[in-house]
Amino acid sequence: MKLLVPVKRVVDYNVKVRVKADQTGVETANVKMSMNPFDEIAVEEAVRLKEKGIATEIIAVSAGPAACAEQIRTALAMGADRGILIEHDGVLEPLAVAKLLKAVIEKESPQLVILGKQAIDDDMNATGQMLAALMGWPQGTYASKVESEDGGLKVTREVDGGLERLQLKLPAIVTTDLRLNEPRYASLPNIMKARKKPIENVKPADLGVDVTPRLTVLKVEEPPKRQAGKKVGSVQELVDKLRNEAKVI
Amino acid sequence: MAVLILADHDGSAVTQPTRSAVAAATKLGDVTVLVFGPRAAADSAAQVAGVARVLHSEDALYANGLAEPVSALLVSMAPEYSHLLAPASAAGKNVMPRVAALLDVQVISDISGVVDADTFVRPIYAGNAMATVKSSDAKKVITVRAASFDPAPATGGSAAVEAAPKGDDPALSTFLGAEIAKSERPELTAAKIVVSGGRAMGSSENFHIIESIADKLGAAVGASRAAVDAGYAPNDHQVGQTGKIVAPDLYIAVGISGAIQHLAGMKDSKVIVAINKDEEAPIFSVADYGLVGDLFKVMPEFEAELAKK
Ligand SMILES: Cc1cc2nc3c(=O)[nH]c(=O)nc-3n(C[C@H](O)[C@H](O)[C@H](O)COP(=O)(O)OP(=O)(O)OC[C@H]3O[C@@H](n4cnc5c(N)ncnc54)[C@H](O)[C@@H]3O)c2cc1C
Ligand SMILES: Cc1cc2nc3c(=O)[nH]c(=O)nc-3n(C[C@H](O)[C@H](O)[C@H](O)COP(=O)(O)OP(=O)(O)OC[C@H]3O[C@@H](n4cnc5c(N)ncnc54)[C@H](O)[C@@H]3O)c2cc1C
Repeated sequence: MKLLVPVKRVVDYNVKVRVKADQTGVETANVKMSMNPFDEIAVEEAVRLKEKGIATEIIAVSAGPAACAEQIRTALAMGADRGILIEHDGVLEPLAVAKLLKAVIEKESPQLVILGKQAIDDDMNATGQMLAALMGWPQGTYASKVESEDGGLKVTREVDGGLERLQLKLPAIVTTDLRLNEPRYASLPNIMKARKKPIENVKPADLGVDVTPRLTVLKVEEPPKRQAGKKVGSVQELVDKLRNEAKVI
Repeated sequence: MAVLILADHDGSAVTQPTRSAVAAATKLGDVTVLVFGPRAAADSAAQVAGVARVLHSEDALYANGLAEPVSALLVSMAPEYSHLLAPASAAGKNVMPRVAALLDVQVISDISGVVDADTFVRPIYAGNAMATVKSSDAKKVITVRAASFDPAPATGGSAAVEAAPKGDDPALSTFLGAEIAKSERPELTAAKIVVSGGRAMGSSENFHIIESIADKLGAAVGASRAAVDAGYAPNDHQVGQTGKIVAPDLYIAVGISGAIQHLAGMKDSKVIVAINKDEEAPIFSVADYGLVGDLFKVMPEFEAELAKK
């Protein structure tokens, strides 16, 4: 079966972002950008399904500015077969991304789409569920295990309190949690090979999708800063402070 | 305006994060709470202060919270409401974006503040920035960050409990089973005290050091991602940007370095204690009380000191 893996370009997880002085957003100029870590896990899972002979072709898709081609190249170097860049310079909310992905699905007919559970910039945790809704497909979110079974998928999910198992009909949507796998590093030969793999370039208008945002960002502020407190010299002092100063135990 | 809340419960009562969602909802309009499961859970919802009406269903179709039938039902009920809310729990975050897309609206995830009926505050970039967003959608679909709203009192309400409608079964998924840990300890997102262990614990046996202190304090047990990935603690213990968000009165971080992703889940705690052998560890920059030392020496002393009155 064909797989689609959406990958998002985000501020690298090691970067401590700074809020812009004019409160319009966060500083992203000259900041290291990477593939969303959950999407690396999604690509890895797709590549493993291909290595097991379950998947036949993997398409990596990214929506955003032209520079998203870098993240598609990373996916291609990890083992995806080809890429689609949906080029757009403005804000793309999860609903808009889901509509763009739906248009791609209608052209490509994948049986499975694997997304990250959340992007670490906007932290919406929404795109996969929204895409599942628009397609009328089942969803297996926060997956820590995915098995191909009885012509469908068995998905183990990380939920509050533990784990849960679902059987999904295909086609389906899966979103990845941290424990699904450990993504590989692309080898140098594979990075070289990835340069030759094709990336198709489309615009939202080519797909007939209106991506106008529904949310207006009025302002972006720093959260209240926490002051570093004091160091205590001993366990006795700590327990005394907790009992008599903070009064929390 | 009218608000519908999709409740979480533990089999007998609605959860504290659900009551936090009620607190957020009362700023928006009349509150109806939808409860799937035992009657006792619906009765508990009816007593929550600020709840005007409870809709209840014991239908097996909804018992396991499958996203496809639950969202189909919510969409069929949506015309009566201006806002659809759920706590930002694993269940709420799974269902609400699906509901939003079916209604062609942009979900607003994990709000930490209500400005007015259209405008909400939400943390972005692991809580390193707070965005105030205004929605132009006719209907709002929202998940609520429990740690940011004081829960509505569990008693004081006297809402009527009515039968919830039944929607179609999309028959797309089947619930196979679950392994939910039964614990005597308080729930992580509702606990007044949380004791968390990190990679430094070194093994799941050593993690008992954390559990033992937690039991002395009546606390919940948390963990860093590194501790969960290494198998020292179960996945549902993970505190952080991509785990659980907690804001207890007291958070004790043991052998945790204080990565941005971990801080995102606990830095709104009232009092933070850090125990780490590296005095440069970033966790000390948010700690009210820091103790530099080897946890394997400090923790037994800590437990002994707690035993003294
Ligand atoms: C104040 C503010 C300003 C912003 N400004 C801009 C801006 O100028 N330009 C801009 O592009 N964005 C901007 N954004 C970000 C944009 O709003 C988010 O990208 C969008 O809301 C998607 O949310 P999410 O990434 O958290 O989705 P989630 O639902 O958390 O993402 C889950 C998964 O969906 C997939 N996915 C999500 N988005 C994409 C994508 N674009 N391509 C491929 N796969 C994807 C990935 O698999 C990802 O792991 C801004 C956000 C804020 C808060
Ligand atoms: C996409 C993504 C999402 C993530 N989400 C989360 C999340 O939700 N939650 C989370 O926690 N992390 C998350 N992380 C991981 C995060 O970046 C850190 O890797 C993680 O928090 C580190 O865990 P730690 O502090 O236990 O381990 P370390 O960083 O290894 O710290 C161990 C600490 O223990 C101290 N120590 C060692 N031995 C002793 C001793 N004997 N006594 C006392 N102190 C000792 C050390 O000085 C050190 O400070 C995420 C990362 C990514 C990329």
